[in-house]
Amino acid sequence: MRKLTWFNTVSLTLGFAFLYIPIVILVVYSFNKSKLVTIWGGFSPKWYGELLQNQAFLDAAKVTLQVGVVSSTLATILGTMAAFVIVRGGRFYGRTLFSGMIYAPLVMPEVITGLSLLLLFIAIGMDRGVTTIVLAHATFSMCYVSVVVSSRLVSFDQSLEEAAQDLGCTPWDAFKSVTLPIIAPAVFSGWLLAFTLSLDDLVIASFTSGPASTTLPIKIFSSVRLGVSPEINALSTIMIALVTVGVVTASIVSKRAIAQQKRDEQMAEQ
Amino acid sequence: MNFSRKFLIGVPYVWLLVLFLVPFLIVFKIALSDYAISIPPYAPTLELANGWQGIVDLISGLDFENFVFLLDDDLYWKAYLSSVQIAATATVLTLLVGFPIAYGMVNAPDEWRPSLMMLVILPFWTSFLIRVYAWIGLLSNEGLLNSFLLWLGVISEPLIILNTNIAVYIGIVYTYLPFMILPIYASLEKLDASLLEAAQDLGCTRIGAFWSVTVHLAKPGIIAGCFLVFIPALGEVVIPSLLGGSRTLMIGKVLWEEFFSNRDWTVASAVAIILLLILVIPIVLFQRNEQKQREAGK
Repeated sequence: MRKLTWFNTVSLTLGFAFLYIPIVILVVYSFNKSKLVTIWGGFSPKWYGELLQNQAFLDAAKVTLQVGVVSSTLATILGTMAAFVIVRGGRFYGRTLFSGMIYAPLVMPEVITGLSLLLLFIAIGMDRGVTTIVLAHATFSMCYVSVVVSSRLVSFDQSLEEAAQDLGCTPWDAFKSVTLPIIAPAVFSGWLLAFTLSLDDLVIASFTSGPASTTLPIKIFSSVRLGVSPEINALSTIMIALVTVGVVTASIVSKRAIAQQKRDEQMAEQ
Repeated sequence: MNFSRKFLIGVPYVWLLVLFLVPFLIVFKIALSDYAISIPPYAPTLELANGWQGIVDLISGLDFENFVFLLDDDLYWKAYLSSVQIAATATVLTLLVGFPIAYGMVNAPDEWRPSLMMLVILPFWTSFLIRVYAWIGLLSNEGLLNSFLLWLGVISEPLIILNTNIAVYIGIVYTYLPFMILPIYASLEKLDASLLEAAQDLGCTRIGAFWSVTVHLAKPGIIAGCFLVFIPALGEVVIPSLLGGSRTLMIGKVLWEEFFSNRDWTVASAVAIILLLILVIPIVLFQRNEQKQREAGK
């Protein structure tokens, strides 16, 4: 039997302390009354109030959300299509190039992706703004989506779809009523991944954004370079809270969906 | 080939060609161009109006001058070498921190594991920038770490950590830790505890059994984890900019400054090409390793 030795206990405790203490301190100091980030001056939620008055941050948050929703939706559609091409596309001209282009952005340093897209937008004379950030984000996150979706598609039993077609479904109906519900959790986690990648991205957005389209990470980066401020702590706390709630909910929902699917499959076998 | 199949292949294919391959070729082309005080700030540019002659003029105007410049200037050499050194050191440190955590997770009771897994993955979903930012307040001269150590009486004056390479190491270990823990955990999970007992029955010491069974079985995970940390760390920009000092040289940061501060697009593009050439080696090794694992798994 496996059991927890004292060494395991110590390393888990220290390891998770290392992972979480910085975040906990960040959150605690967002409620600091003092402007100094290192000295505790008593509890106060005033920085949250100031944050909500700060128009520059609110505008940046709006741009970030717009970019996030549109780019991750585009990335999910393109990435799911790409996953089908990779798993079921069979042979076609330029397949190697296609899979190369799907996997390369995963290991490509962000500075290179950002630089190359910027040079493209300039070469074709496209003004930089929300659209260019959306195009850039959709391009790199579609590759992540396609990896997530294709790992689900590989284990998908294609005979189910054939059965539906034998029973009189059109290929599109079979896709809608058989394939889509089965791959839906993977497509959803792909979307979530693309969305957080977009919210999080600083480097590619810095290259592809214009003067009127500052995203939240760009704004945070430029103010952090001037020093730590309790307002940024408050903003970070809000973002951490949203992500934590989102990820925990998503994992519970997908766990339930998988359990439901298993039950359905068992029912079907009986 | 029917229409729907063409459509399915065509849309993502064209998208990637236009937004991934073409931009990349443009970088390559600009890396071979010369710096010019014009808009755009490089020459030659493609004059499509001149037809075929325009293309000939373009190609004859390209040269490797920027690469010669990079090789001549000490700064770039040092930046390359120090990025490799920083990324490699940080990868080893991440392994030293990550392995015991993954090992602890494997030995933890079954009912704890989903929660432990969640705890490892959660930071990965929270903003990278925020996680790096969190360390600035901790590591600065008046920061909490120094205040704490001074209060304990371990040190008599603040340690200078922020804006040094040590802070960069801490930042990389902290942000990339999940990439190390998860593959090691995945390979250790398959470990059969009876193997350890067998090794001990056959006369191994506990440490000997740990080394020859546990570490050996975790090797694919360790290798994968190291690549997953090393490859992104090599091109890292945010961590050296926020936690490192002016003397922290990393090639991603040099590219960033070359582009945004010096506005020399041609040199920035040449730096990008060489960064990719350096990355190709670990990426190909990583791919081979994955391939070998897949074949061994069959």
